[in-house]
Amino acid sequence: MNESNNWKDRLSPRVNAIKPSGIRKFFDIAASMEDVISLGVGEPDFVTPWSIRESCVYGLEKGYTSYTANRGMMELREEIANHYNRKFNIAYNPATDILITVGVSEALDIALRAVVSPGDEVLIPEPCYVSYAACATLAGGVAVPVAAKIENEFRITPAELEPYVTDKTKVLLIGYPNNPTGAVMSRRDLLAIADFAEQHDLIVISDEIYGDLSYGDQEHIAFSSLPKMQERTILLNGFSKAYAMTGWRIGYSLANPTITAAMTKIHQYTMLCAPITAQIAAIEALRRGEKYMKKMVAEYDRRRHLIYDGLTKMGLPTFEPKGAFYIFPNIEPTGMTSDEFAEKLLQKEHVALVPGSAFGECGEGHVRCSYATAIDKISEALARIENFIKHNSK
Amino acid sequence: MRELLELLEHDARRPVSELAAMLGKSEYEVEQSIKKLEKDKIILSYNALVNWEKFGDDTVTAIIEINLTPEREVGFDAIAERIYRFDEVRTVYLMSGSFDLLVIIEGKSLKEVANFVATRLSTIEGVTATRSHFMLKPYKKDGVLMTDKERDRRLVVSP
Repeated sequence: MNESNNWKDRLSPRVNAIKPSGIRKFFDIAASMEDVISLGVGEPDFVTPWSIRESCVYGLEKGYTSYTANRGMMELREEIANHYNRKFNIAYNPATDILITVGVSEALDIALRAVVSPGDEVLIPEPCYVSYAACATLAGGVAVPVAAKIENEFRITPAELEPYVTDKTKVLLIGYPNNPTGAVMSRRDLLAIADFAEQHDLIVISDEIYGDLSYGDQEHIAFSSLPKMQERTILLNGFSKAYAMTGWRIGYSLANPTITAAMTKIHQYTMLCAPITAQIAAIEALRRGEKYMKKMVAEYDRRRHLIYDGLTKMGLPTFEPKGAFYIFPNIEPTGMTSDEFAEKLLQKEHVALVPGSAFGECGEGHVRCSYATAIDKISEALARIENFIKHNSK
Repeated sequence: MRELLELLEHDARRPVSELAAMLGKSEYEVEQSIKKLEKDKIILSYNALVNWEKFGDDTVTAIIEINLTPEREVGFDAIAERIYRFDEVRTVYLMSGSFDLLVIIEGKSLKEVANFVATRLSTIEGVTATRSHFMLKPYKKDGVLMTDKERDRRLVVSP
């Protein structure tokens, strides 16, 4: 290869503007160790419930191996419409408002590409999922991070968003229950955000992939179910987390017909359709999967109590998560940065977790622990973390 | 209480401290609940689920279907009692359908079990027929797979 060709300069500036994910480094170290206990995994430790897997196997036997409609199988879209109607009392037309995508990841990408013009600003409360800012940048937009605070249980308020609004602000991108903090927004919190969105005429992209993983008496609220919000909301959801179907890559978006048509246009040229195998499995998940899902949620809830109890007793200031399967303790009392903490913990105690800085600047001082891990492993990991803190705090 | 029972049924060796944390209760409360459940005979015993085949033991297990003529006043209960008092009998259920009692028996050999059925069970008054089925291989018992666990295929760290 010719050295004088500076390949980096020949790449798209948008791609060059994105930093590689901070998670990669830890993956490489952890992969070389034998007895790692990982609290770094962003997916369920359960395998997809058998009834869902079996329906896909049956579909394959029957010869379901073709493309589907661009928007996805009508049967699946109807099930999704029924689900939202039943659960949140929102009416979505399966013919015009629903698009089946390859995971929420694709839905997020094409939602942003459908609505963002060059230079448009996207408000993103942080800490948040690692893809939000990157997808906004790739869509030609400008990601504007807004820090959520632990004092406010990592919820975001209009007062915190307001100073970042300019005449270029077009989209508010939120994800609750939140990865990595486990924060959820109450109806009152969301109503305030809805007023804010209306006042500034923003499109709201609401990533609700962890919606079913809400604990205690905290019921999940679909953003589009709030008064006057359905039209301006692009609601994203999928099957990965609640039904333990991460590897199937299947999700969907719910939005008004104009936005859905625009997203479908991108989807049809870049993806064509989501895999038919996963669509068949998703139909089964919605028809008969709820009881399996509820059982998994109950198990996450018990682990949540256990890990919250353990981290708190070690003296780490920790917000008790209300959703998803993450907990986000503050590790500042140890005197280490989150990167330092994560790396040393992995080296010395062979426990993998993710530094909070991977989820936005304001995540610094925290680490993300996933409790999508068997109880005995959580207990062992807690013991190792405690030992680590005892011997390594500055 | 229900959640505590489910947790113990799944793993009876969990320390009280862990149970308390998981249920959001104090250790004292959990201890008291367990004591009460034991006293009320809701929790009867704590056993290990053993894969004897893997251990190398060649114990024979048989399921016996038994047809009965019910007795006046006591129905099936008196005969069931005569059967379940044998140490060889591990499990007895009254069933609906084409037979009345389902009995699970363990023995050292096929011959021993067959002999027990022929001499002790069939001869009980009121037993009109028996059919023996010998177990060949356990796949799943009480919700637990008897094969080796499927390994975790997830990446160690993911967003």
